[in-house]
Amino acid sequence: MGVFEIIGPSMIGPSSSHTAGACRIGFAARALLDEPLVNAAIHLHGSFLATGEGHGTHEALVAGLLGMPPDDERLIHSLDLAHQQGITFSFLPLDLGPQAHPNSTRIILQGATRALILTAASVGGGSVHLQEIDGLAVEIHGTLETLVCWHQDTPGFLARVTAVLACVQVNVATIRTSRLGRGEQAITAVEVDGRLPGEVAALLSKSPTINRLVILPPLPGF
Amino acid sequence: MNYQFRTSVELLDLCATHDCSVAEITLRAEEEASETPRSEIESRMLEYYRRMKDSVQKGLAITERSRSGLSGGDSKKVLAHSAGSQVSVMGAVFERSIAYALAVLETNAAFGRIIATPTAGSAGICPACLLTWQEVREASDEHVSRALFTAAGIGKIIGHGACFSGAQGGCQAEVGSASSMAAAAICELDHGTAAQTVNAAALALQNTLGLICDPIGGYVEAPCMMRNGLFGLHAFGASAISLSGVASIVPFDEVVGALREVGNKMPRIYKETAEGGLATTPTGLRFKSTK
Repeated sequence: MGVFEIIGPSMIGPSSSHTAGACRIGFAARALLDEPLVNAAIHLHGSFLATGEGHGTHEALVAGLLGMPPDDERLIHSLDLAHQQGITFSFLPLDLGPQAHPNSTRIILQGATRALILTAASVGGGSVHLQEIDGLAVEIHGTLETLVCWHQDTPGFLARVTAVLACVQVNVATIRTSRLGRGEQAITAVEVDGRLPGEVAALLSKSPTINRLVILPPLPGF
Repeated sequence: MNYQFRTSVELLDLCATHDCSVAEITLRAEEEASETPRSEIESRMLEYYRRMKDSVQKGLAITERSRSGLSGGDSKKVLAHSAGSQVSVMGAVFERSIAYALAVLETNAAFGRIIATPTAGSAGICPACLLTWQEVREASDEHVSRALFTAAGIGKIIGHGACFSGAQGGCQAEVGSASSMAAAAICELDHGTAAQTVNAAALALQNTLGLICDPIGGYVEAPCMMRNGLFGLHAFGASAISLSGVASIVPFDEVVGALREVGNKMPRIYKETAEGGLATTPTGLRFKSTK
């Protein structure tokens, strides 16, 4: 446990789950969309739905979608700022079932050319757990740099990814692949120690089975 | 790895072996584990201390009530009283310290920037104690911010042996931990030995055991704010007892074990659910969120 996990995070109140964690989830969603945002449909579950409004969760999620870190003092004005930028958004109730963490959200983003669906939970102390991207299960905590690949399920895919990482001496912390079905759309998320050099994205993009990739930086404040 | 510790026994061993303070060992442990230069860690901590002070000043200026109506303008009143003719027999410093802790929680409730130490709901205690100490001793920010490493060292031991979350361990895990960390910080600033510093943490923590998390309406405001104000004073008391040479009967690591045990056995209704304690008194229920 690092000293800044105890003295910190630096954040906008009132609650690390309702504001800091929510903001980080919004930030992650926007980074995964990786293009200008047009519309956000933000679904809230459990305690996020019940008490989120009084706790600033709406503002925190939108602040994250605008790329603000959790200690940005403009956070509480994020809804107005989004309007000014021409971004439309709505908040909707959603029941993710009894197994879902009480502070969960599903964010559906429409960008200029693509859409993104992220399901995530704010699990306490500002920590987050990204659980699903575009309907495929992932396990991303946002504390480490994470390589996210949207790809076809093909033999040797992971060998190719890990070979590139081995070449640049990057250590894999966790790796997880999920797919819709055999040979269909899949997502692989690789959490790594340290930073991925720029050539990783360039090298992997040459793989014909990769549709898209995003290097998600450690979420702000981590 | 030469400076890592998980218990106060290990921490005190390191302090003795290297003839260092708790703050210094904690700083070396961070340097070692994060592979970050010492100067960078120190300047980030200094920046955090300055943000803590900003959160105090911002709170003291608040005059409006919060969205929930549970707080706002209270720290200003307490500060004004501390400067008046009816100041308590404990003196103006005593009251100012309360005002500073309330101020941070008011900033928090007003969507202002705070440093969660160790959590948002307990973020007033360390800033209040350190700022009060700084004003009385007339010390620099650089000097005082080093005590945040003392606080962090104690926090690491609590985090390892128990937890900081009200939802998991009740208020004792939040306000209790913050008070324990603050007691150690001011004890070491007042030239307490490493053993006295850890002992101050033990004294503060053991006297918060059993404290439930019963936020009215589910908001991080009441009783959170007043608990920050009053348990900041608790930290000063624990530090004073320790500096006098009086030792806690139960050593710190065992107190942390008790914190964990009490937290585990505490009923769920007293763990940030707003389903018991002050939250479900007739008055508390009036603030229940209708959303």
